[in-house]
Amino acid sequence: MEAGTRPGLHICEGDCAVLKRDDVFKAVPVLRRRKIIFEKQWFYLDNAIGHIYGTTFEVTSGGNLQPKQEMEETTPETKEAGTDNRNIVDDGKSQKLTHDDIKALKDKGIKGQEIVQQLIENSTTFRDKTEFAQDKYIKKKKKKYEAVITIVRPSTRILSTMYYAREPGKINHLRYDTLAQMLTLGNIHAGNKMIVMETCAGLVLGAVMERMGGYGSIIQMYPGGGPVRAATSCFGFPKPFFNNLHEFPLSKVDSLLSGTFSTETLPSEPEDNALVEEESNGSIDEKQASIQETEEESTETAMESNQTEEQETMDINAEDIGFKENQGKENKENVREKQRKQQERRKKLIETAALLREKNADGLIVASKFHPTPLLLSLLEFVAPSRPFVVYCQYKEPLLECYTKLRERGGVINLKLSETWLRSYQVLPDRSHPKLTMSGGGGYLLSGITVVLDKSKCDSSNLEALKMEEPSSKKRKSAS
Amino acid sequence: MSFVEYGDTIKNGDTAIVFLGHESMFPVKVQHGTVTQTKYGVIRHSTDLIGKKYGSKVTCSKGGWVFILHPTPELWTMNLPHRTQILYSTDISIITMMLELKPGSIVCESGTGSGSLSHALIRTVAPTGHLYTVEFHQQRAEKAREEFREHGVEHLVTVTNQDVCKNGFGVSNIADAVFLDIPSPWEAVGHAKSALKAEGGRICSFSPCIEQVQRTCLAMEEHGFTEINTLEILLRVYNVRTISLQIPDLGKASEDNSSIGFDSSNPSNQGSPCTNLQQGTVQFKSGVPLREMVGHTGYLTFATKSLF
Repeated sequence: MEAGTRPGLHICEGDCAVLKRDDVFKAVPVLRRRKIIFEKQWFYLDNAIGHIYGTTFEVTSGGNLQPKQEMEETTPETKEAGTDNRNIVDDGKSQKLTHDDIKALKDKGIKGQEIVQQLIENSTTFRDKTEFAQDKYIKKKKKKYEAVITIVRPSTRILSTMYYAREPGKINHLRYDTLAQMLTLGNIHAGNKMIVMETCAGLVLGAVMERMGGYGSIIQMYPGGGPVRAATSCFGFPKPFFNNLHEFPLSKVDSLLSGTFSTETLPSEPEDNALVEEESNGSIDEKQASIQETEEESTETAMESNQTEEQETMDINAEDIGFKENQGKENKENVREKQRKQQERRKKLIETAALLREKNADGLIVASKFHPTPLLLSLLEFVAPSRPFVVYCQYKEPLLECYTKLRERGGVINLKLSETWLRSYQVLPDRSHPKLTMSGGGGYLLSGITVVLDKSKCDSSNLEALKMEEPSSKKRKSAS
Repeated sequence: MSFVEYGDTIKNGDTAIVFLGHESMFPVKVQHGTVTQTKYGVIRHSTDLIGKKYGSKVTCSKGGWVFILHPTPELWTMNLPHRTQILYSTDISIITMMLELKPGSIVCESGTGSGSLSHALIRTVAPTGHLYTVEFHQQRAEKAREEFREHGVEHLVTVTNQDVCKNGFGVSNIADAVFLDIPSPWEAVGHAKSALKAEGGRICSFSPCIEQVQRTCLAMEEHGFTEINTLEILLRVYNVRTISLQIPDLGKASEDNSSIGFDSSNPSNQGSPCTNLQQGTVQFKSGVPLREMVGHTGYLTFATKSLF
């Protein structure tokens, strides 16, 4: 790091960067001589290294990136425009340039701006369009031919938007505004001791880590052999952030709660790695899920495993980001290494179990493909009183059941089942309106606050439950 | 305790939240010798609160009980004294994420108003960040300063009493993000730009009216902001209720005793396990929307300041 530069300001080799073109994002490792494919363009990132994040580039004919020059917007000379479209016939013949003509221009190396100008001049209907229609036409052509790519620093905002657009199945269709609600409702902040249980490729974990800024600690509960942290590595957190990140297998939770926890049978570990590296087509994620595959899940994965590169959210192999694991030396040292790692894992597990046993976590975040009720009922035991918890579920019904079971259990107040509704707007003079499409659903949240659990059940928890409900007759007449 | 750090036990000087039941709570300043009246009776701070664990149940003099909660910005938002219309957690959540705020961030805000958003911002940027908040109303600015002091966060925030449209935020080239919730945000866009770091940052403007949004978007474009994006977010809450619907009497077929059509004893008709045959009703759990919901708070416009 050169003196005088803020860490994270410049694009460095080994970073995880996000390519952005209009509203399309893709996360890639910054490596020299590595061909990147993004939005139908091929290029190398070498020239981008050293520039500041947020810089916009153009792709040259050689496949190199070049910072976009600040150019004067050439306004079309003719201000001629029509008043409406009554005489405009869409016969597909108004553009005089053919596919080949345009290709020839591109091959000659003509800049996108010039191509757009040519298209305008060769359009017979352009001058009949209204000013608004002309504006729309130019915007559309610019989008297609003036390909500029911005390289942005990853953040929760960028990554959650990217995942929701490209691979929602990997994150249980958690829409980014729902994630935003979780972080705030959960009062995620520096210094917390958080318990996180998620099967969202590590996106939720990353979001929590970002909001904690390396302070405090996180215990990630995981199903199966190990936690998936593919998205987490994208955030580019500095190494110290991971010092206080622990993990604990769900399969040991029951024994921990009943006091019979032991490290004798550790969950089986794929290839000696506690952290699962995601291969570039996300197949590891699917392997992890294979035991609990539901029919619905396999439809999702069928859609996702479309192998065209455009579908790929990331070209990330966790190794690339400098997140090194053992590279597997093929000799007998390997055996000793394995044993040493086993010991270390055991030691860590015992430490994490001790942390959980303190039952003083500052909050719980759950966002997984599993039914939330059993998760909540057991994981809440590890949370201190007067602390928030938030559960995400793609569907509403499991949360209805969760709510009911929590009421029966007691020890929680302020239970709220909610969803957020998000709408984007086009704002232009005289042309402002909501955008054409909006997301149909972004999942549901159940949130609440823990209180001291009254172990003497009988009447007190019932009374409590009644006090917590609003009287249904006052607010809503039941259908009769 | 403080709004940026959890504590376990209630101490003298804390701000605690008294929870009485569904959507019924209020803040108290914990003080030796004081008493607080509730509909369940009196709470004596010295004996009932100080030294108790947060989250405890406290029995009041008339026999009823309440829970004492640790304050959070979200609970504060629901219970703070309004001096102005405030922002609620739904908008605050998306603002926090879209402005990419985190520990260490430097944020500028105007107007401070009742401090609802301010508390949430301070919580997010703590312990190493800072909030510069500007309020042109002198008493509100002073009240905000007082509250931040009481809540143990004054080291994380600077309140300036001036007009942001005329005099800006009082800082330049240091902010990661700027937030505007004022009547004429387009007049402050230029000041926002200079408060933001040279290498870039994020801006957000909150306006109830679309005309304000149009002017602001134009101003942002003129000042070279990119990625201008306007959205709105609404919260839908569901009440979890067990609903019983009666089975209509469609009469009986002449010979047969069982009715044709809906046969509630048929397992395939039991969507959820509670079919009550005796009373001819079907029970099920439902997430019932509220009769009324908030339909509009304001439009949120986000943009990026970048070098290029």
